[in-house]
Amino acid sequence: MCCQTVCLVQAALEREGITTVSISLLREVVEQLKPPRALFVPFPMGYPLGEPNNADLQHEVIAAALQLLERHDAPVLEKFNLIQSE
Amino acid sequence: MATYHDLSLHVRLFMKGYPFSRYAIEPGLCAKLTKPLNQSRIALVTTAGLRTPDQSGFDHSNKKGDSTFREIPTSIEAQTLIESHRSYSFDHLGVAADTNLAFPLDRFRELESRGVIGQLNHRHFSFMGSIVGPGKLIEETAPQVARMLREDGVDVAFLTPV
Repeated sequence: MCCQTVCLVQAALEREGITTVSISLLREVVEQLKPPRALFVPFPMGYPLGEPNNADLQHEVIAAALQLLERHDAPVLEKFNLIQSE
Repeated sequence: MATYHDLSLHVRLFMKGYPFSRYAIEPGLCAKLTKPLNQSRIALVTTAGLRTPDQSGFDHSNKKGDSTFREIPTSIEAQTLIESHRSYSFDHLGVAADTNLAFPLDRFRELESRGVIGQLNHRHFSFMGSIVGPGKLIEETAPQVARMLREDGVDVAFLTPV
């Protein structure tokens, strides 16, 4: 239900004119709620930015998400490819 | 990424029967970036149920889920935040080892110092994502946070679930 809560807060922010991007852990939920911009990540529940104490990986996920901010063909649902971090 | 198959049978059945489409976001909702990222003010929003040591915990007894939020000052040491999410459908050990995993305050400080983003807002927000009856969240608390961040002059928000 965390992913739903993220999507609903995200929508409220966009209605106030704030540009948003979210990390998504559960594909089925985000595909139904369709937030403006979301990055699917291939990590288990509880690990939205990959691994604890792995700043490099966390930065890669964040950078991939921030790239989506330029997009205005909402809803944008992109997948973070772990291969790009290797 | 996780799918329903990664969840316990109990949670999977609940998720399959839950009317997510009822809360689908209106098509076309899209706030365009109005300035470059390196000139933008950014706030973080997490649903990891984080709170500061002096804030009250989230209400685990509310069957619909606790729709309240906690304001997290940007000056705080991320690792001092307490994770008090009630859900048992995710592994809590990751965030316990490194709060940045779900609330990347240190990572965004690094982006700020490198000039990738303009500046971090002075406050961020934390919800507890386990909200099965989101009426109050939709009508009240999420718009309240949105207005506060708008008044702060925030341009961009980065959101993370657990």
